[in-house]
Amino acid sequence: MAATTPEAVEARIVEALASFGPDIESVTPEATFEELDIDSLDLVELAQIVEDDYGVELKGDDMKSLKTVGDAIELVVARSS
Amino acid sequence: MTRRRVVITGVGAVTPLGVGADVLLRRWVAGEQGIADGEGACRDFVASDHLSKKEIRRADRFAHFAMTAADEALAVGGWSDELPYAPERISCVLATGIGGLGSLEAQHDLLRDSGPKAVSPLSVPLFMPNAGAGTLSMRYGLHGQSFSVASACAAGSHAIGVATRMIQYGDADAVLTGGGEATLTPLARASFEAAGALSPSGISRPFDERRDGFVMGEGAGILLLEDAERAAARGATVYGEVLGYGSTSDAYHLTAAEPEGRHAAQAIRLALADAGRSAAEIDYVNAHGTSTQINDASETAAIKLALGEQLAREIPVSSTKSATGHLLGAAGAVEAIATLMALRERTLPPTVGLEQQDPALDLDYVPLTARPFTPRGERPVALSNSFGFGGHNVVLCLEAIGRPDAERPHQNAGLDASREVTI
Repeated sequence: MAATTPEAVEARIVEALASFGPDIESVTPEATFEELDIDSLDLVELAQIVEDDYGVELKGDDMKSLKTVGDAIELVVARSS
Repeated sequence: MTRRRVVITGVGAVTPLGVGADVLLRRWVAGEQGIADGEGACRDFVASDHLSKKEIRRADRFAHFAMTAADEALAVGGWSDELPYAPERISCVLATGIGGLGSLEAQHDLLRDSGPKAVSPLSVPLFMPNAGAGTLSMRYGLHGQSFSVASACAAGSHAIGVATRMIQYGDADAVLTGGGEATLTPLARASFEAAGALSPSGISRPFDERRDGFVMGEGAGILLLEDAERAAARGATVYGEVLGYGSTSDAYHLTAAEPEGRHAAQAIRLALADAGRSAAEIDYVNAHGTSTQINDASETAAIKLALGEQLAREIPVSSTKSATGHLLGAAGAVEAIATLMALRERTLPPTVGLEQQDPALDLDYVPLTARPFTPRGERPVALSNSFGFGGHNVVLCLEAIGRPDAERPHQNAGLDASREVTI
Protein backbone atom coordinates (compact mmCIF):
# COMPACT_ATOMS: atom_id res chain seq x y z
CA MET A 1 0.00 0.00 0.00
CA ALA A 2 1.24 3.47 -0.90
CA ALA A 3 2.30 6.00 1.70
CA THR A 4 -0.60 8.00 3.10
CA THR A 5 1.11 11.19 4.12
CA PRO A 6 -0.82 14.21 2.79
CA GLU A 7 2.12 15.00 0.50
CA ALA A 8 2.23 11.50 -0.95
CA VAL A 9 -1.55 11.40 -1.42
CA GLU A 10 -1.49 14.81 -3.09
CA ALA A 11 1.26 13.77 -5.47
CA ARG A 12 -0.61 10.59 -6.43
CA ILE A 13 -3.95 12.30 -6.95
CA VAL A 14 -2.41 15.14 -8.94
CA GLU A 15 -0.63 12.62 -11.14
CA ALA A 16 -3.82 10.62 -11.67
CA LEU A 17 -5.90 13.66 -12.53
CA ALA A 18 -3.25 14.95 -14.91
CA SER A 19 -3.32 11.62 -16.71
CA PHE A 20 -7.01 12.26 -17.43
CA GLY A 21 -6.26 15.35 -19.52
CA PRO A 22 -5.43 18.61 -17.74
CA ASP A 23 -1.90 20.01 -17.65
CA ILE A 24 -0.23 18.92 -14.46
CA GLU A 25 0.57 22.55 -13.53
CA SER A 26 -3.14 23.34 -13.44
CA VAL A 27 -3.90 20.50 -11.02
CA THR A 28 -3.52 22.35 -7.72
CA PRO A 29 -5.42 21.70 -4.49
CA GLU A 30 -7.45 24.86 -5.12
CA ALA A 31 -8.47 23.88 -8.64
CA THR A 32 -12.07 22.78 -9.05
CA PHE A 33 -12.95 19.69 -11.05
CA GLU A 34 -15.15 21.88 -13.21
CA GLU A 35 -12.19 24.10 -14.13
CA LEU A 36 -10.13 21.04 -14.94
CA ASP A 37 -12.91 19.52 -17.06
CA ILE A 38 -12.90 16.49 -14.80
CA ASP A 39 -16.35 14.90 -14.89
CA SER A 40 -18.18 12.14 -13.08
CA LEU A 41 -16.60 9.39 -15.20
CA ASP A 42 -13.12 10.71 -14.38
CA LEU A 43 -14.00 10.74 -10.68
CA VAL A 44 -15.03 7.10 -10.82
CA GLU A 45 -11.65 6.31 -12.33
CA LEU A 46 -9.96 8.36 -9.61
CA ALA A 47 -11.88 6.36 -7.02
CA GLN A 48 -10.60 3.13 -8.59
CA ILE A 49 -7.02 4.36 -8.41
CA VAL A 50 -7.43 5.49 -4.81
CA GLU A 51 -8.89 2.14 -3.86
CA ASP A 52 -6.07 0.27 -5.56
CA ASP A 53 -3.36 2.40 -3.98
CA TYR A 54 -4.75 3.16 -0.52
CA GLY A 55 -7.50 0.61 0.04
CA VAL A 56 -9.94 3.47 0.51
CA GLU A 57 -13.30 2.72 -1.00
CA LEU A 58 -15.07 5.84 -2.21
CA LYS A 59 -18.74 5.60 -3.06
CA GLY A 60 -20.72 7.69 -5.50
CA ASP A 61 -22.03 9.93 -2.73
CA ASP A 62 -18.49 10.60 -1.49
CA MET A 63 -17.46 11.68 -4.96
CA LYS A 64 -20.47 13.91 -5.51
CA SER A 65 -19.51 16.12 -2.58
CA LEU A 66 -16.03 16.75 -3.97
CA LYS A 67 -15.57 20.10 -5.66
CA THR A 68 -11.81 20.66 -5.64
CA VAL A 69 -8.65 18.62 -5.90
CA GLY A 70 -7.99 19.53 -2.26
CA ASP A 71 -11.34 18.02 -1.26
CA ALA A 72 -10.30 14.71 -2.78
CA ILE A 73 -6.88 14.77 -1.12
CA GLU A 74 -8.40 15.53 2.29
CA LEU A 75 -10.98 12.79 1.97
CA VAL A 76 -8.40 10.16 1.06
CA VAL A 77 -6.02 11.22 3.81
CA ALA A 78 -8.83 11.16 6.40
CA ARG A 79 -10.14 7.75 5.29
CA SER A 80 -6.74 6.11 5.07
CA SER A 81 -5.47 7.15 8.48
CA MET B 1 -42.52 18.84 -54.93
CA THR B 2 -39.01 18.31 -56.23
CA ARG B 3 -36.61 16.44 -54.03
CA ARG B 4 -33.93 18.38 -52.22
CA ARG B 5 -30.52 17.78 -53.77
CA VAL B 6 -27.67 16.64 -51.58
CA VAL B 7 -24.17 17.90 -52.27
CA ILE B 8 -20.80 16.97 -50.87
CA THR B 9 -18.97 20.01 -49.57
CA GLY B 10 -16.20 18.42 -47.53
CA VAL B 11 -14.29 15.18 -47.22
CA GLY B 12 -11.68 13.85 -44.83
CA ALA B 13 -9.90 10.54 -44.47
CA VAL B 14 -7.48 8.61 -42.33
CA THR B 15 -6.38 5.47 -44.15
CA PRO B 16 -3.46 3.06 -44.41
CA LEU B 17 -2.25 5.32 -47.23
CA GLY B 18 -1.88 8.25 -44.86
CA VAL B 19 -3.71 11.00 -43.03
CA GLY B 20 -5.88 13.04 -45.38
CA ALA B 21 -8.09 12.59 -48.41
CA ASP B 22 -5.46 13.93 -50.82
CA VAL B 23 -2.86 11.34 -49.89
CA LEU B 24 -5.45 8.58 -50.22
CA LEU B 25 -6.11 9.44 -53.86
CA ARG B 26 -2.56 10.41 -54.76
CA ARG B 27 -1.02 7.19 -53.51
CA TRP B 28 -3.79 4.98 -54.85
CA VAL B 29 -3.52 6.55 -58.31
CA ALA B 30 0.25 6.00 -58.12
CA GLY B 31 -0.45 2.29 -57.62
CA GLU B 32 0.87 2.23 -54.07
CA GLN B 33 -0.43 0.09 -51.22
CA GLY B 34 -0.80 0.92 -47.55
CA ILE B 35 -0.49 -2.71 -46.57
CA ALA B 36 2.42 -4.12 -44.61
CA ASP B 37 2.76 -7.47 -42.87
CA GLY B 38 -0.61 -8.48 -44.21
CA GLU B 39 -2.56 -5.58 -42.67
CA GLY B 40 -3.57 -2.08 -43.60
CA ALA B 41 -2.71 -0.25 -40.40
CA CYS B 42 -2.80 3.55 -40.26
CA ARG B 43 0.90 3.76 -39.49
CA ASP B 44 1.16 7.46 -40.23
CA PHE B 45 -1.57 8.33 -37.76
CA VAL B 46 -0.35 9.69 -34.42
CA ALA B 47 -3.39 10.50 -32.31
CA SER B 48 -1.62 13.18 -30.28
CA ASP B 49 -0.90 15.14 -33.47
CA HIS B 50 -4.63 15.68 -33.89
CA LEU B 51 -6.36 15.21 -30.54
CA SER B 52 -5.92 16.29 -26.94
CA LYS B 53 -4.91 13.89 -24.21
CA LYS B 54 -8.48 13.91 -22.92
CA GLU B 55 -9.96 13.24 -26.37
CA ILE B 56 -7.61 10.33 -26.85
CA ARG B 57 -8.49 8.81 -23.47
CA ARG B 58 -12.19 9.32 -23.97
CA ALA B 59 -12.47 7.56 -27.30
CA ASP B 60 -11.49 4.33 -28.98
CA ARG B 61 -9.10 4.37 -31.91
CA PHE B 62 -11.99 4.10 -34.40
CA ALA B 63 -13.36 7.36 -33.04
CA HIS B 64 -9.88 8.94 -33.09
CA PHE B 65 -9.81 8.28 -36.82
CA ALA B 66 -13.34 9.64 -37.21
CA MET B 67 -12.61 12.85 -35.28
CA THR B 68 -9.48 13.52 -37.30
CA ALA B 69 -11.21 12.86 -40.61
CA ALA B 70 -14.19 14.99 -39.53
CA ASP B 71 -11.90 17.92 -38.70
CA GLU B 72 -10.53 17.68 -42.22
CA ALA B 73 -13.98 17.41 -43.82
CA LEU B 74 -15.23 20.48 -41.97
CA ALA B 75 -12.08 22.42 -42.84
CA VAL B 76 -12.53 21.54 -46.50
CA GLY B 77 -16.17 22.60 -46.18
CA GLY B 78 -15.11 25.95 -44.80
CA TRP B 79 -16.96 25.44 -41.55
CA SER B 80 -15.63 27.23 -38.51
CA ASP B 81 -16.61 27.82 -34.88
CA GLU B 82 -19.85 29.30 -36.03
CA LEU B 83 -21.95 26.57 -37.64
CA PRO B 84 -23.60 27.71 -40.89
CA TYR B 85 -26.97 26.23 -39.91
CA ALA B 86 -28.97 25.89 -36.72
CA PRO B 87 -27.28 23.13 -34.69
CA GLU B 88 -30.65 21.34 -34.45
CA ARG B 89 -30.61 21.05 -38.26
CA ILE B 90 -27.21 19.35 -38.42
CA SER B 91 -27.05 15.60 -37.94
CA CYS B 92 -24.37 12.98 -37.60
CA VAL B 93 -24.64 9.44 -38.95
CA LEU B 94 -21.51 7.41 -38.50
CA ALA B 95 -20.88 3.85 -39.58
CA THR B 96 -18.81 1.20 -37.92
CA GLY B 97 -18.66 -2.49 -38.54
CA ILE B 98 -17.74 -3.53 -35.03
CA GLY B 99 -17.10 -0.46 -32.87
CA GLY B 100 -14.36 -0.12 -30.27
CA LEU B 101 -13.22 -3.70 -30.28
CA GLY B 102 -9.70 -2.92 -29.03
CA SER B 103 -11.16 -1.19 -25.99
CA LEU B 104 -13.55 -4.06 -25.38
CA GLU B 105 -10.74 -6.61 -25.52
CA ALA B 106 -8.55 -4.58 -23.16
CA GLN B 107 -11.33 -4.18 -20.61
CA HIS B 108 -12.23 -7.83 -20.86
CA ASP B 109 -8.61 -8.68 -20.07
CA LEU B 110 -8.90 -6.53 -16.94
CA LEU B 111 -12.19 -8.17 -15.97
CA ARG B 112 -10.72 -11.67 -16.36
CA ASP B 113 -7.38 -10.93 -14.71
CA SER B 114 -8.31 -8.45 -11.97
CA GLY B 115 -12.05 -8.72 -11.44
CA PRO B 116 -14.99 -6.40 -12.04
CA LYS B 117 -13.64 -3.55 -9.93
CA ALA B 118 -10.78 -3.07 -12.36
CA VAL B 119 -13.11 -2.35 -15.27
CA SER B 120 -13.10 1.29 -16.35
CA PRO B 121 -16.31 3.31 -16.24
CA LEU B 122 -15.28 4.42 -19.71
CA SER B 123 -15.48 0.88 -21.08
CA VAL B 124 -18.92 0.90 -22.66
CA PRO B 125 -18.68 4.56 -23.73
CA LEU B 126 -15.46 3.63 -25.52
CA PHE B 127 -16.53 0.48 -27.29
CA MET B 128 -20.21 1.07 -28.01
CA PRO B 129 -20.72 1.28 -31.78
CA ASN B 130 -22.45 4.66 -31.52
CA ALA B 131 -19.49 6.20 -29.66
CA GLY B 132 -18.20 7.73 -32.86
CA ALA B 133 -21.47 9.48 -33.65
CA GLY B 134 -21.84 10.71 -30.08
CA THR B 135 -18.27 11.94 -29.99
CA LEU B 136 -18.61 13.88 -33.23
CA SER B 137 -21.92 15.47 -32.27
CA MET B 138 -20.36 16.64 -28.99
CA ARG B 139 -17.15 17.78 -30.63
CA TYR B 140 -18.95 20.16 -32.97
CA GLY B 141 -22.15 20.87 -31.01
CA LEU B 142 -24.48 19.22 -33.51
CA HIS B 143 -27.98 18.87 -32.07
CA GLY B 144 -29.75 17.11 -34.93
CA GLN B 145 -30.25 13.37 -34.77
CA SER B 146 -27.10 11.34 -34.39
CA PHE B 147 -26.62 7.60 -34.37
CA SER B 148 -24.48 4.85 -35.74
CA VAL B 149 -25.14 2.52 -38.63
CA ALA B 150 -23.87 -1.01 -38.26
CA SER B 151 -24.08 -3.25 -41.31
CA ALA B 152 -20.56 -4.66 -41.34
CA CYS B 153 -18.69 -3.84 -44.51
CA ALA B 154 -21.69 -2.09 -46.06
CA ALA B 155 -22.05 0.36 -43.19
CA GLY B 156 -20.06 3.27 -44.59
CA SER B 157 -22.25 3.42 -47.67
CA HIS B 158 -25.43 2.87 -45.66
CA ALA B 159 -24.49 5.87 -43.51
CA ILE B 160 -24.11 8.07 -46.57
CA GLY B 161 -27.41 6.77 -47.95
CA VAL B 162 -29.28 7.41 -44.72
CA ALA B 163 -27.69 10.84 -44.37
CA THR B 164 -28.74 11.67 -47.91
CA ARG B 165 -32.32 10.68 -47.18
CA MET B 166 -32.34 12.87 -44.06
CA ILE B 167 -31.50 15.91 -46.13
CA GLN B 168 -33.82 14.95 -48.98
CA TYR B 169 -36.68 14.46 -46.55
CA GLY B 170 -36.00 17.78 -44.87
CA ASP B 171 -35.03 16.37 -41.50
CA ALA B 172 -31.60 17.99 -41.67
CA ASP B 173 -29.85 20.71 -43.64
CA ALA B 174 -26.43 19.14 -43.24
CA VAL B 175 -25.13 15.78 -42.07
CA LEU B 176 -21.67 14.80 -41.04
CA THR B 177 -21.44 11.19 -42.15
CA GLY B 178 -19.08 8.37 -43.02
CA GLY B 179 -17.49 5.62 -41.00
CA GLY B 180 -14.66 4.65 -38.71
CA GLU B 181 -13.10 1.30 -37.93
CA ALA B 182 -10.14 0.07 -35.87
CA THR B 183 -10.25 -3.67 -35.48
CA LEU B 184 -6.68 -4.80 -36.05
CA THR B 185 -7.05 -6.81 -32.86
CA PRO B 186 -6.43 -10.43 -31.92
CA LEU B 187 -10.13 -11.25 -31.68
CA ALA B 188 -11.07 -9.76 -35.06
CA ARG B 189 -8.09 -11.41 -36.73
CA ALA B 190 -8.91 -14.79 -35.23
CA SER B 191 -12.58 -14.49 -36.10
CA PHE B 192 -12.14 -13.44 -39.72
CA GLU B 193 -9.48 -16.07 -40.12
CA ALA B 194 -11.72 -18.76 -38.68
CA ALA B 195 -14.46 -17.68 -41.06
CA GLY B 196 -12.06 -18.15 -43.95
CA ALA B 197 -12.40 -14.53 -45.05
CA LEU B 198 -8.90 -13.30 -44.29
CA SER B 199 -6.08 -13.67 -46.81
CA PRO B 200 -3.49 -16.22 -45.65
CA SER B 201 -0.97 -14.69 -48.04
CA GLY B 202 -1.66 -11.20 -46.68
CA ILE B 203 -2.01 -9.85 -50.20
CA SER B 204 -4.98 -7.81 -51.37
CA ARG B 205 -5.38 -8.45 -55.10
CA PRO B 206 -9.04 -8.26 -56.08
CA PHE B 207 -10.09 -10.00 -59.30
CA ASP B 208 -6.74 -11.79 -59.55
CA GLU B 209 -6.97 -15.56 -59.94
CA ARG B 210 -4.59 -15.96 -56.99
CA ARG B 211 -6.76 -13.92 -54.60
CA ASP B 212 -7.23 -15.70 -51.30
CA GLY B 213 -9.19 -13.42 -49.00
CA PHE B 214 -9.31 -9.86 -47.75
CA VAL B 215 -6.59 -7.97 -45.94
CA MET B 216 -7.93 -6.17 -42.90
CA GLY B 217 -7.40 -2.42 -42.72
CA GLU B 218 -8.45 0.42 -40.44
CA GLY B 219 -9.28 4.09 -40.75
CA ALA B 220 -12.11 6.52 -41.31
CA GLY B 221 -13.74 8.48 -44.06
CA ILE B 222 -16.00 11.44 -43.33
CA LEU B 223 -18.16 13.42 -45.73
CA LEU B 224 -19.95 16.67 -45.15
CA LEU B 225 -23.32 16.56 -46.93
CA GLU B 226 -25.48 19.64 -47.32
CA ASP B 227 -28.77 20.61 -48.87
CA ALA B 228 -27.70 21.97 -52.26
CA GLU B 229 -29.68 25.19 -52.04
CA ARG B 230 -28.36 26.08 -48.64
CA ALA B 231 -24.82 25.19 -49.61
CA ALA B 232 -25.12 27.48 -52.62
CA ALA B 233 -26.58 30.23 -50.47
CA ARG B 234 -23.60 30.17 -48.15
CA GLY B 235 -21.22 30.14 -51.11
CA ALA B 236 -19.82 26.70 -50.39
CA THR B 237 -17.50 24.98 -52.84
CA VAL B 238 -19.34 21.89 -54.04
CA TYR B 239 -17.27 18.81 -54.86
CA GLY B 240 -20.00 16.42 -55.81
CA GLU B 241 -23.55 15.26 -55.43
CA VAL B 242 -25.11 12.11 -54.05
CA LEU B 243 -27.43 11.32 -56.92
CA GLY B 244 -28.72 7.96 -55.84
CA TYR B 245 -28.81 5.33 -53.14
CA GLY B 246 -30.00 1.75 -53.43
CA SER B 247 -29.93 -1.00 -50.85
CA THR B 248 -31.11 -4.60 -50.69
CA SER B 249 -30.45 -7.76 -48.70
CA ASP B 250 -29.41 -11.19 -49.93
CA ALA B 251 -31.32 -13.06 -47.20
CA TYR B 252 -29.04 -15.93 -48.15
CA HIS B 253 -26.09 -16.55 -45.83
CA LEU B 254 -24.55 -14.92 -42.77
CA THR B 255 -21.16 -14.33 -44.35
CA ALA B 256 -21.23 -15.43 -48.00
CA ALA B 257 -22.61 -13.29 -50.79
CA GLU B 258 -25.35 -14.79 -52.95
CA PRO B 259 -23.20 -16.18 -55.79
CA GLU B 260 -25.31 -14.95 -58.70
CA GLY B 261 -25.31 -11.40 -57.34
CA ARG B 262 -29.03 -11.00 -57.94
CA HIS B 263 -29.75 -8.78 -54.97
CA ALA B 264 -26.54 -6.82 -55.28
CA ALA B 265 -27.59 -6.20 -58.89
CA GLN B 266 -30.94 -4.99 -57.67
CA ALA B 267 -29.18 -2.52 -55.36
CA ILE B 268 -27.32 -1.17 -58.40
CA ARG B 269 -30.59 -0.83 -60.30
CA LEU B 270 -32.21 0.94 -57.38
CA ALA B 271 -29.31 3.39 -57.08
CA LEU B 272 -29.52 4.18 -60.80
CA ALA B 273 -33.29 4.61 -60.64
CA ASP B 274 -32.95 6.82 -57.57
CA ALA B 275 -30.42 8.91 -59.43
CA GLY B 276 -32.58 9.05 -62.54
CA ARG B 277 -29.62 7.84 -64.59
CA SER B 278 -29.17 4.97 -67.00
CA ALA B 279 -26.36 2.45 -67.00
CA ALA B 280 -25.03 4.09 -70.17
CA GLU B 281 -24.30 7.26 -68.21
CA ILE B 282 -21.92 5.57 -65.74
CA ASP B 283 -18.22 6.37 -66.17
CA TYR B 284 -16.80 4.17 -63.44
CA VAL B 285 -17.74 1.58 -60.84
CA ASN B 286 -15.88 1.55 -57.55
CA ALA B 287 -16.16 -2.11 -56.65
CA HIS B 288 -16.54 -3.56 -53.21
CA GLY B 289 -13.71 -5.75 -54.55
CA THR B 290 -12.54 -7.43 -51.37
CA SER B 291 -10.12 -9.97 -52.87
CA THR B 292 -12.14 -12.93 -51.62
CA GLN B 293 -12.97 -15.61 -54.16
CA ILE B 294 -16.68 -15.30 -53.64
CA ASN B 295 -17.09 -11.52 -53.47
CA ASP B 296 -15.17 -10.69 -56.59
CA ALA B 297 -17.04 -13.33 -58.58
CA SER B 298 -20.52 -12.52 -57.29
CA GLU B 299 -19.88 -8.78 -57.61
CA THR B 300 -18.79 -9.21 -61.21
CA ALA B 301 -21.99 -11.17 -61.83
CA ALA B 302 -24.04 -8.44 -60.16
CA ILE B 303 -22.48 -5.68 -62.25
CA LYS B 304 -23.23 -7.60 -65.43
CA LEU B 305 -26.80 -8.34 -64.38
CA ALA B 306 -27.49 -4.71 -63.54
CA LEU B 307 -25.65 -2.89 -66.31
CA GLY B 308 -26.01 -5.48 -69.05
CA GLU B 309 -23.15 -7.59 -70.45
CA GLN B 310 -21.95 -5.09 -73.02
CA LEU B 311 -21.94 -1.96 -70.86
CA ALA B 312 -20.49 -3.92 -67.96
CA ARG B 313 -17.51 -4.82 -70.12
CA GLU B 314 -17.05 -1.21 -71.22
CA ILE B 315 -17.33 0.55 -67.88
CA PRO B 316 -14.10 0.51 -65.88
CA VAL B 317 -14.28 -1.10 -62.44
CA SER B 318 -11.58 -0.95 -59.76
CA SER B 319 -11.13 -1.68 -56.08
CA THR B 320 -9.84 0.79 -53.48
CA LYS B 321 -9.21 -2.19 -51.21
CA SER B 322 -6.35 -3.20 -53.50
CA ALA B 323 -4.52 -0.17 -52.07
CA THR B 324 -5.91 0.12 -48.54
CA GLY B 325 -7.04 -3.34 -47.54
CA HIS B 326 -10.57 -3.69 -46.23
CA LEU B 327 -11.64 -0.93 -43.86
CA LEU B 328 -14.85 -2.80 -42.96
CA GLY B 329 -17.42 -0.28 -41.69
CA ALA B 330 -15.31 2.65 -42.90
CA ALA B 331 -14.74 1.17 -46.35
CA GLY B 332 -17.83 2.54 -48.09
CA ALA B 333 -17.14 6.07 -46.88
CA VAL B 334 -13.45 6.03 -47.76
CA GLU B 335 -14.29 4.57 -51.15
CA ALA B 336 -16.98 7.17 -51.86
CA ILE B 337 -14.40 9.87 -51.11
CA ALA B 338 -11.73 8.25 -53.26
CA THR B 339 -14.25 7.78 -56.08
CA LEU B 340 -15.39 11.37 -55.97
CA MET B 341 -11.86 12.72 -55.97
CA ALA B 342 -10.77 10.42 -58.78
CA LEU B 343 -13.71 11.53 -60.92
CA ARG B 344 -12.84 15.16 -60.31
CA GLU B 345 -9.33 14.44 -61.53
CA ARG B 346 -10.69 12.54 -64.55
CA THR B 347 -8.61 9.58 -63.41
CA LEU B 348 -9.54 5.92 -63.19
CA PRO B 349 -7.60 4.58 -60.21
CA PRO B 350 -6.17 1.11 -60.63
CA THR B 351 -6.77 -2.26 -59.07
CA VAL B 352 -3.33 -2.52 -57.51
CA GLY B 353 -1.66 -5.93 -57.62
CA LEU B 354 -3.93 -7.28 -60.35
CA GLU B 355 -1.29 -9.12 -62.35
CA GLN B 356 -3.12 -12.32 -63.28
CA GLN B 357 -6.75 -11.53 -63.88
CA ASP B 358 -9.08 -14.41 -63.12
CA PRO B 359 -10.15 -15.67 -66.55
CA ALA B 360 -13.66 -16.19 -65.21
CA LEU B 361 -13.90 -12.47 -64.37
CA ASP B 362 -14.07 -10.52 -67.57
CA LEU B 363 -14.61 -6.84 -66.81
CA ASP B 364 -12.15 -3.98 -67.19
CA TYR B 365 -10.70 -3.84 -63.69
CA VAL B 366 -8.13 -1.13 -64.52
CA PRO B 367 -5.20 -3.42 -63.67
CA LEU B 368 -2.10 -1.95 -62.04
CA THR B 369 -2.02 1.46 -63.69
CA ALA B 370 -4.33 4.46 -63.44
CA ARG B 371 -5.52 6.02 -66.65
CA PRO B 372 -7.35 9.16 -67.67
CA PHE B 373 -10.91 9.16 -68.91
CA THR B 374 -13.36 11.47 -70.60
CA PRO B 375 -16.79 11.61 -68.99
CA ARG B 376 -19.64 10.27 -71.05
CA GLY B 377 -21.85 13.17 -70.01
CA GLU B 378 -21.30 16.72 -68.84
CA ARG B 379 -20.04 15.57 -65.46
CA PRO B 380 -18.54 12.25 -64.44
CA VAL B 381 -20.83 9.80 -62.66
CA ALA B 382 -19.85 6.68 -60.74
CA LEU B 383 -21.36 3.86 -58.76
CA SER B 384 -19.79 2.76 -55.50
CA ASN B 385 -20.65 -0.73 -54.29
CA SER B 386 -20.52 -1.98 -50.70
CA PHE B 387 -21.60 -5.37 -49.42
CA GLY B 388 -21.52 -6.69 -45.88
CA PHE B 389 -21.61 -9.81 -43.75
CA GLY B 390 -25.28 -10.33 -43.09
CA GLY B 391 -26.13 -10.01 -46.77
CA HIS B 392 -26.33 -6.22 -46.90
CA ASN B 393 -25.95 -4.60 -50.30
CA VAL B 394 -25.57 -0.86 -50.79
CA VAL B 395 -24.85 1.13 -53.91
CA LEU B 396 -24.31 4.87 -54.16
CA CYS B 397 -24.47 6.87 -57.37
CA LEU B 398 -22.14 9.86 -57.14
CA GLU B 399 -21.53 12.75 -59.48
CA ALA B 400 -18.38 14.85 -59.35
CA ILE B 401 -18.66 18.60 -59.60
CA GLY B 402 -15.76 20.89 -60.46
CA ARG B 403 -12.17 20.04 -61.17
CA PRO B 404 -9.22 20.56 -58.85
CA ASP B 405 -7.00 22.07 -61.54
CA ALA B 406 -9.64 24.74 -62.18
CA GLU B 407 -9.81 25.60 -58.50
CA ARG B 408 -6.11 25.54 -57.72
CA PRO B 409 -3.97 26.06 -60.79
CA HIS B 410 -0.74 25.44 -58.93
CA GLN B 411 -1.60 22.07 -57.49
CA ASN B 412 -2.65 18.93 -59.21
CA ALA B 413 -4.67 17.03 -56.72
CA GLY B 414 -7.38 17.17 -54.26
CA LEU B 415 -9.25 19.40 -51.94
CA ASP B 416 -8.03 22.19 -49.76
CA ALA B 417 -7.82 21.25 -46.11
CA SER B 418 -5.15 23.77 -45.24
CA ARG B 419 -7.51 25.95 -43.25
CA GLU B 420 -7.45 25.31 -39.55
CA VAL B 421 -10.59 24.14 -37.89
CA THR B 422 -10.98 25.52 -34.44
CA ILE B 423 -14.36 24.18 -33.51
